[in-house]
Amino acid sequence: MTIRPRAADTLVIGGGLVGAAVGWGLASRGETVTVLDEGDQALRASCGNFGLVWVQSKGDGMHDYARWTRSSADIWPEFSERLKEDTGISTGYHKPGGMHLCLSEQDLEKTRALCNRMHNVNGAQGYGSEILDRKQVADMLPGIGPDVVGGSFGRHDGHASPLKLLMGLHAGIKARGSHYVSGAAVDKIERDGGGYSVTTAKGVYRAGKLVLAAGHGNSAFGPLVGLDIPLRPEKGQILVTERVAPFLSMPTHVVRQTEEGSILIGDSHEDTGFSTLSTTPIMSQIASRAARFFPLLKNLRVVRSWGAVRVLSPDGYPIYQQSETHPGVFSVNCHSGVTLAGAHAMLLAPMISAGQLAPEFEAFSARRFHGQTH
Amino acid sequence: MVRRIETIGNEVIFSFEGQPVTARAGDSVAAALTAVGISHLRDSVVSGAARGVYCMMGACFDCLVEVNGVPNRQACMTEVRHGLDVRRQSGGVEVRS
Repeated sequence: MTIRPRAADTLVIGGGLVGAAVGWGLASRGETVTVLDEGDQALRASCGNFGLVWVQSKGDGMHDYARWTRSSADIWPEFSERLKEDTGISTGYHKPGGMHLCLSEQDLEKTRALCNRMHNVNGAQGYGSEILDRKQVADMLPGIGPDVVGGSFGRHDGHASPLKLLMGLHAGIKARGSHYVSGAAVDKIERDGGGYSVTTAKGVYRAGKLVLAAGHGNSAFGPLVGLDIPLRPEKGQILVTERVAPFLSMPTHVVRQTEEGSILIGDSHEDTGFSTLSTTPIMSQIASRAARFFPLLKNLRVVRSWGAVRVLSPDGYPIYQQSETHPGVFSVNCHSGVTLAGAHAMLLAPMISAGQLAPEFEAFSARRFHGQTH
Repeated sequence: MVRRIETIGNEVIFSFEGQPVTARAGDSVAAALTAVGISHLRDSVVSGAARGVYCMMGACFDCLVEVNGVPNRQACMTEVRHGLDVRRQSGGVEVRS
């Protein structure tokens, strides 16, 4: 006989970085939460992530997103510390700042323009990125190649291990007396009194509130609860080298060194549907570009590679929305599951717990794609 | 204690940390070292703890050694050859341009 968790305060559909961060955040506030995860057949963007906590390029064209990203980076140190207190698991978070490297004057000019546009976003706090010339970059990152003309340094940027973060969040949910259920692919979502019941491959679960955090799955679940969540897939590929002694003091936008010494190299942006295949032409492009940034990478062997599918809205910015027809139902989508994990656990979860997103979250509603005015 | 279950194949002599090791043709470096009782092949890059043979099939990357001056070779995936110079690795490999 299967013993099922009792009815929870909140059901979270999706056990990736988004669902797990919201789930742990709610559980930390004393809610009982059940996180329903599809299982190993899921696309698992959370396990293909590059691992940046990245501020400097986020939210050009949507200042609410820029501010939200900055809030998450600001709260990451406390978030990571609290998760460690709950679980003993370190996310491997470091905040040495991050560098966007430029290989042409044209790219440097574009980056300078972005930097200028973004400077006003956070008011007196500043946005925290500055343009550096080649010599300034070389002082901070001695391994750069002759093609690097300059870059932008963001002092709020950092990186963490996506896998340790996910493991920590799952452990944190358990440590707080809540439940993570694997293999619970969702079949039906129905109203049940004042709350909801969700029929899964592992049985029926009930709760007063419901959070959709199923990545691309949200597009299918949305219509069941009065939400229209348009999403598109975009593939990114990553290469991983053998472990070497530390030589990169900070992450860059396409090359970072993990705590264990591996070098992760990304990234591609491919329109190939839901494919997660590694493909040789893209891998070779990624490798040769990385070798222009850091020529010594040519001497390293690649030991792993993978592809993963980003969860993108039509404009690339996140979607946070509560259902108008189904009270207590929230939908969360973003592609930056690591960067925004701090905000999801520490800032978004309290709003969901209170049953109401803050008014400024209207900007993140999917209604922006439907030509409706509000 | 590990022992060979067959002794076919010609004798091959290579070195580990400068000391001669007798192997059999067809052995992997990992198998040959294991057969003579050598289990400490490197130190963890992160903790410094001793590391050695684990999966024996190319998956775990725990048995990394330096072979003829090239670091981070998988001992279990490298076949012994006469005169191979195999070295233990200590700490992280320095990447050089």
